[in-house]
Amino acid sequence: MTDQFEPTIIGFTCNWCSYRAADLAGTARMKYAPNVRLIRMMCSGRLDPTFVLRALSSGADGVMITGCHPGECHYIEQNYKALRRFLLLRRVLKGLGIEPERVKLVWASAAEGTRFASETTTFVEEIRKLGPLNWGKADDGALTTDHVESSIIDRPSSEMEVPA
Amino acid sequence: MTPSSKPFDVAQDKPKFAMYWAASCGGCEIAVLNTHEKILDVDANFEVVFWPVAMDAKYKNVEAMEDSSILITLFNGGIRNDENERLAKLLRQKSKILVSFGSCACEGCIPGLANLSPVGEIVHTAFNTITTDNPNEIYPRTTFDVPEGELHIPKLEPILRPLDQVVDVDYYMPGCPPESHQIAEVIDLLIKVIHGEGELPPKGTVIGVGNSTVCDECPRVRNVKMIKAFRRIQDIAPVDPTLCILEQGVPCNGPATRSGCNARCPQAGAQCIGCYGPAEGVMDYGARLITAFAAVIDATAPEEIDKILDGIPDPTGQVYRFNLAGSLMKAAKPAWVKE
Repeated sequence: MTDQFEPTIIGFTCNWCSYRAADLAGTARMKYAPNVRLIRMMCSGRLDPTFVLRALSSGADGVMITGCHPGECHYIEQNYKALRRFLLLRRVLKGLGIEPERVKLVWASAAEGTRFASETTTFVEEIRKLGPLNWGKADDGALTTDHVESSIIDRPSSEMEVPA
Repeated sequence: MTPSSKPFDVAQDKPKFAMYWAASCGGCEIAVLNTHEKILDVDANFEVVFWPVAMDAKYKNVEAMEDSSILITLFNGGIRNDENERLAKLLRQKSKILVSFGSCACEGCIPGLANLSPVGEIVHTAFNTITTDNPNEIYPRTTFDVPEGELHIPKLEPILRPLDQVVDVDYYMPGCPPESHQIAEVIDLLIKVIHGEGELPPKGTVIGVGNSTVCDECPRVRNVKMIKAFRRIQDIAPVDPTLCILEQGVPCNGPATRSGCNARCPQAGAQCIGCYGPAEGVMDYGARLITAFAAVIDATAPEEIDKILDGIPDPTGQVYRFNLAGSLMKAAKPAWVKE
């Protein structure tokens, strides 16, 4: 093992397509980055943005959402809902100072084990470049007033004085 | 109820009541006073021992009290500086029942939006922007020497925290401010409790609210209509008085917001801004709103969806207007990352 940063990725996969794609990648013994922890859902339309925020706030560095190709949803059109949520969620994340690239949406059919594997590997490399998210450090313990001191109180005294 | 189950022996002395404001605007106090003659019931049944807005009281008087000697403290405002934090801890120690009162204490409210920016930037904006007359760029400092001694002003903390991120909270009463009729009901319940005629709800209960969403209380008609564009309310004239505001293209926070206000804003022709906080069972308010807004967008192509989303100029502020400090993420990264 090298000491390079290994991102933690949470993957939400659709039962009817991308979870099977992951299965296929596995049975075909394709190699892909081991950083992704998959959670199976019945449909990408089940993806509540809460899941993504929970993952990111609990230590994940990236989240991959996968679903059926547009027009091929098992539940007719729920993957479009996932797409709309994803696009709005990325905007909200940007406002929170999180690189929108940390959340990725991938369409992969049950036959696309290769695609699933390569997309996962690419995503892991992208997150590796972005570095750790470290959101857990926003927890109370790390929030001492010490660094506030340095940001305001230790301003150059010239800024605080009334010039003569 | 047996006399022993009373939290306080009324015959002996009146139970003590306190109300405090931390990082807040004072609207919660006004809402309490807006209960009109009900406030006289508070005076008749409680001894008001500490309420900086309404009476003269010193912190040292509270410090001298016995632990848990105040029956109930309504605490409004978030924890923004070390003084807020000190008082939150002090009042927790001195109170039997601590109520997180109002949106600021429950979830950060509007002051919580400052969690999008680092403290240095907040101070800079307050003291050195084009609208501020501060030609010599004088900034506050937390200690200052004067001939009489050293003066202190409270020190800002990196982010604003809701009360329950700092101390243990018994009940939550959200709203910006909580509706006066809801406050009156809570006062009535409390008075019943101290006379042994009622029982307190389980710890952690959100009191003085409904258990559903604003949409549930809203009389406007929803047709499951999809929209092609988001617009600001001032850009549609006239606003249809009966149709769902979200279906008219205005981002309305009703679908994620707790009921209890009788859908006051939508009834008055304005969108819900979400001041009652997350509805029952909602873990992250913003996430629920993202889902709600995404559901009405009438588009399937990414480019078209993005174009429609451009109609929400500040998505983060829109979905976390009152709830940022209480959300899963709590604050934007620039606010808490150590340089």
